[in-house]
Amino acid sequence: MSSTVTALPVARSTVTRRRAYDWAIEKFIYLSSLVAIAIIVLIFLFVGREALPVITSPRVHEEVTLSTMFLAQNYGTPEAPLPYVWQPVGAVPKYSVMPLLLGSLKATLIAMLFATPLAILAAIYTTEFAPLWLREFIKPVIEMLAGIPSVVLGFFALIVLATFLQDTFDLEFRLNAINAGLALGLAVIPIVYTICEDALTAVPRSYRNASLALGASPWQTAWKVVLPSALPGVFAGIVLGFGRAIGETMIVLMASGNAAITSWNFAEPVRTLSATIAAELGEVVFGSPHYHVLFFLGVLLFVITFALNWLGTVVVARLRRRLSGADR
Amino acid sequence: MRKSIAILTIAALALGASALIAQQRNITVKGSDTMVILGQRWAEVFMSKNPGLAIQVTGGGSGTGIAALINGTTDIAESSRPMKDVEKAGVKDKRGKDVLELPVAVDGLAVYVNDANPIHELTLAQIKSIYTGAVKNWKDVGGRDERIILYSRENNSGTYVYFKEHVLENADYYPTAQTLPGTAAVINAVSKDTRGIGYGGIAYGKGIKHLRIKKDANSPGVEPTMENVLAARYPISRYLYWYLAGQPAGDTLKLCQWVMSADGQSVVEKVGYYPLSNTDRSKFAALVGVGGASAKAAKKGS
Repeated sequence: MSSTVTALPVARSTVTRRRAYDWAIEKFIYLSSLVAIAIIVLIFLFVGREALPVITSPRVHEEVTLSTMFLAQNYGTPEAPLPYVWQPVGAVPKYSVMPLLLGSLKATLIAMLFATPLAILAAIYTTEFAPLWLREFIKPVIEMLAGIPSVVLGFFALIVLATFLQDTFDLEFRLNAINAGLALGLAVIPIVYTICEDALTAVPRSYRNASLALGASPWQTAWKVVLPSALPGVFAGIVLGFGRAIGETMIVLMASGNAAITSWNFAEPVRTLSATIAAELGEVVFGSPHYHVLFFLGVLLFVITFALNWLGTVVVARLRRRLSGADR
Repeated sequence: MRKSIAILTIAALALGASALIAQQRNITVKGSDTMVILGQRWAEVFMSKNPGLAIQVTGGGSGTGIAALINGTTDIAESSRPMKDVEKAGVKDKRGKDVLELPVAVDGLAVYVNDANPIHELTLAQIKSIYTGAVKNWKDVGGRDERIILYSRENNSGTYVYFKEHVLENADYYPTAQTLPGTAAVINAVSKDTRGIGYGGIAYGKGIKHLRIKKDANSPGVEPTMENVLAARYPISRYLYWYLAGQPAGDTLKLCQWVMSADGQSVVEKVGYYPLSNTDRSKFAALVGVGGASAKAAKKGS
């Protein structure tokens, strides 16, 4: 009897301890997620606050306004007008954002055109066609590409890729949008590949079996059955890859030539938003118009990636709905 | 719980105290990429003479160093351009001290082309028209019929600002000018590009060709050599500066005085820049309280 008396409190205390433990863990996880959200909100508030004077402060407006940033100006000479100039240091500072926007867009476009097909096709090959041993080899190797520091990729593009491209295609500029875009593509491939590969693997075996049973070849099965079913995942991968490409800094800083040119010629150097911030933020006097404009560029990058992610979610949701509708 | 708080407090106090102690024997120097090697060599020699003292020298660009001086994160800012009035006011505002401007060495700015380029000299006006985009082909300045590829520095560099003010006469660089981080990157780019032109410190100028500079069409082309720079014959030369917030004291003062001594100036030459002329040296050494520069320096050494 005495043993039950002593045993009971022990058991109860274990339960309460376990409950307290669970409670603590739950709160800890809850706090962790809260901290992550709080940090994002704080960063956004900080960047936004530093960028705000571009819109509100009359002192900043003496040097730069939204219209001088986005609309054509009368720079240069009448014979050779330069409507969009980014030259923030000088007697008359010039802050046109257009060459930077265009630069980011050009480099990212090249990167996506190069990386997306490669990554998707590689993912289809590894999930649908490759023998197991080869798959176990290709997958980690491509994923290792994501582990290469971007400064190393940039260095590679600056020294090796640029010379190769110029010699092969006889380009006028050694460092240009194509060079930077291809190097960016190397950083994007593993992201798109990994997500595509997961999405393709997640397609139920029964789909493939049904398709093959109906007489489709393995290629037809992969291209017309598996890939369409995995489309939401594939698209999500592309969106994430785009976000990486447009925000990537070190590679473009090193490989793009950093000349703020407004032209659609992809063989000319480009200066991207991210590289501009990286190159110039270290120098600016705190609180100067230039400083606020750089934060404004940051907000611009933020808005672009946000808009894109939002668009991505909408499209993925729509694709998913359509797919599930087709299933029934 | 209470115990751990106590331990934390003690640890924090100890850290704070050690930081205070460390601060006295620690000098930070930050700024111009052009001057990083010079600053580091000075630091090495001075630290070997003064054991226990740590001098940290980092680059980032003249603007970076000046911004750090304004924000109080460096003791000495290295700059390859004179500080602007706005920036001096910034130091006064934030630190409550007047800026001490100390020219510590002389540098010539070289204009480089690839070794394969047949051109050997250009006038200042020609360089200006090349960099502002008025001239786009080498044949217009007597070279081959090829497009000119412009290489420039990032706009946080003192070299960029100096070149813009003194060679371009405040005109804008043509937008196709590719901006590269650091003189070494410019030289690397020009050495790989037969149609390229670049500019930067003479100290880095190895492996490519330095152009002789003509002040105008009639004057002779002057090579960026030590004699020419010191005799002020070379048209693109400048002072390199150290900036401090207020009069230095303690180790920092000793460092500044030593840099201005004959001993300190001999380091300048080894790195590839030009020491101050004797008149300049005694004039500027007075700024850090050295009367007869050589006499005091000799006393320090003993």
